[in-house]
Amino acid sequence: MLRVKNISYQTSGKVILENVSAEFLPGRLNLIIGPNGAGKSTLIKVICNQLKPTRGDIFYSQKNLSEIGIEELAKKRSVLSQNVELAFPLMVREVVMMGRYPHFTGKPAARDEAAVEEAMRFFDVSHLSERNCLTLSGGEKQRVQFARVLSQIWYPYQDETRFLILDEPLTFLDVHYQFDFMHKVIHLLSSQDIVVIGVVHDLNLAAKFGDHILLLLDGKVLSAGNRNKVLSAQNIQTAYHLEPIIHKQDDEMHIFFR
Amino acid sequence: MQNKKKQYLGTFPVLLIILIVVFLISMSYGAVNISLDEIFGAMKKWLGNSQDMTLNERIFINIRLPRAILCMIVGAALATGGVLMQALFRNPIVEPGLVGTSSGAAFGAALYFVLGTVLKFNAGEWTLPIAACLGGIFSTSMVFFLSGSRQTGKSSIVGLLLTGIAINALFMSGVGFLSYIARDPQARSITFWNLGTLSGASWHSVIIIGAATVLCILVALRYAKQLNALMMGEEEAQYLGINIRRLQFRVLLVNVIMIAVATAFTGVISFVGLIIPHFLRMINGSDNRYLIRNGALAGAVLLSLADLTARLLLRPAELPIGIVTSVIGVPVFIILLRRKNYFF
Repeated sequence: MLRVKNISYQTSGKVILENVSAEFLPGRLNLIIGPNGAGKSTLIKVICNQLKPTRGDIFYSQKNLSEIGIEELAKKRSVLSQNVELAFPLMVREVVMMGRYPHFTGKPAARDEAAVEEAMRFFDVSHLSERNCLTLSGGEKQRVQFARVLSQIWYPYQDETRFLILDEPLTFLDVHYQFDFMHKVIHLLSSQDIVVIGVVHDLNLAAKFGDHILLLLDGKVLSAGNRNKVLSAQNIQTAYHLEPIIHKQDDEMHIFFR
Repeated sequence: MQNKKKQYLGTFPVLLIILIVVFLISMSYGAVNISLDEIFGAMKKWLGNSQDMTLNERIFINIRLPRAILCMIVGAALATGGVLMQALFRNPIVEPGLVGTSSGAAFGAALYFVLGTVLKFNAGEWTLPIAACLGGIFSTSMVFFLSGSRQTGKSSIVGLLLTGIAINALFMSGVGFLSYIARDPQARSITFWNLGTLSGASWHSVIIIGAATVLCILVALRYAKQLNALMMGEEEAQYLGINIRRLQFRVLLVNVIMIAVATAFTGVISFVGLIIPHFLRMINGSDNRYLIRNGALAGAVLLSLADLTARLLLRPAELPIGIVTSVIGVPVFIILLRRKNYFF
């Protein structure tokens, strides 16, 4: 479990996050949504140790983040950013192998090689393994990054819970790969020792795939819970200043705007 | 995978063979030509501690051999420095001297030329190298610590780069000022030093630069993986458990020792550090483990060839090697950049 407790973050006198608390459990898809400037990215950065919160604590399992070393953290937590650009040409396989860097010094062990192979297979990039990463299409690049991030936490570290944090992972993907990726993430959740937290923009994707949704507005939690609770007409109107039409049928939920 | 490993292994022995050939050629030709027989004869006598050497054999053992070795080591140091700095700054147009090292060394050297007699700082033949080395280390530390105060959470590498450019400009104007107030022979010494020369090679300098360079390259190899991760950006590297500030400090330290020591004995030699990483990237990609290993060899080859050219063109006089590296380096570099399938 990943727990955020009374987090506030301010910079240059501006309050970005204010008293945010949340719990992210393993085995379900935790999604963070909210309008631009709501503080989603900042919350992700605080959770990932990229920014130090002004107040409050973050707990990975039972351990306070401030007590976890950066190297140890990298062994059990991986982060996918929305747009990773390589500065120099590098082969796909070596990029995916970077995910294993926290786990070996010197040469990769057999299990590192195996993790790379399987992560590449999982994200359907095995055939690209000898290609130069800079020559790939946007979607291919993003899938290579998925494979890298997944290889980083392919095996549990000392039987601890693993954490996968996705910062707007779908931005550069077409609809086919958005769905494909979401299904793969859900497949990962079947192993119960992995906490997945993702930021998404598309409310319909959140409605379709999110098991637990956190809606942020102006640095505060507007609502948290399942989609029926969070994605109410009232909440959406408050957050986005648009009047939604919510269409529910059987188990499906669709949100339209006038 | 198999294929890649083979390619990686392939470049190294090829470069090694080229280096040995270039090394032998560069020892044979110069102001005086020495045949291979004489070279091996001299080696035998030298290793056997024999005293009765011919003039050619003496020239070979005391002048040409240390110079050829120094040339290889300095080339290796400059190329490795270039690889490290380009990786650290994620920028393909960076030279090893960018963080102020060579301009600081030039300033230290200029100080020695102009004020050496006044300041009464004298350590014999070591005075100039020590002044240059201290200058390089001083300017690089200035860059590192001045850039460190920018704790905005934004890219610290851009801060480092910009601070480096500013400090470089500062020390170059210092060199300019010293040349301006210098008397004519001193001013010429400064100019020559800034063009680089290997004519001062001795066994002492070979041992010092050699030890520093070999040690630094071995240490640099340990950071190759972390520098690879840095290609994806600072944030991504941090997510992989890398402490960016610590990595910067250590890589800069390795670079400054290598470059300051080499520059201290040979003056400023440009373009080797810029061109070698590009050349290798074009053959086999940018994995820093591969670049560091092969960069050292390729740098040694390039500088040996440049030195050979510098010695042969105006026989028996010689050109400053910095001019040769630039004259050869610039067109080659432009041709490489114009190739279609190369991205950086």
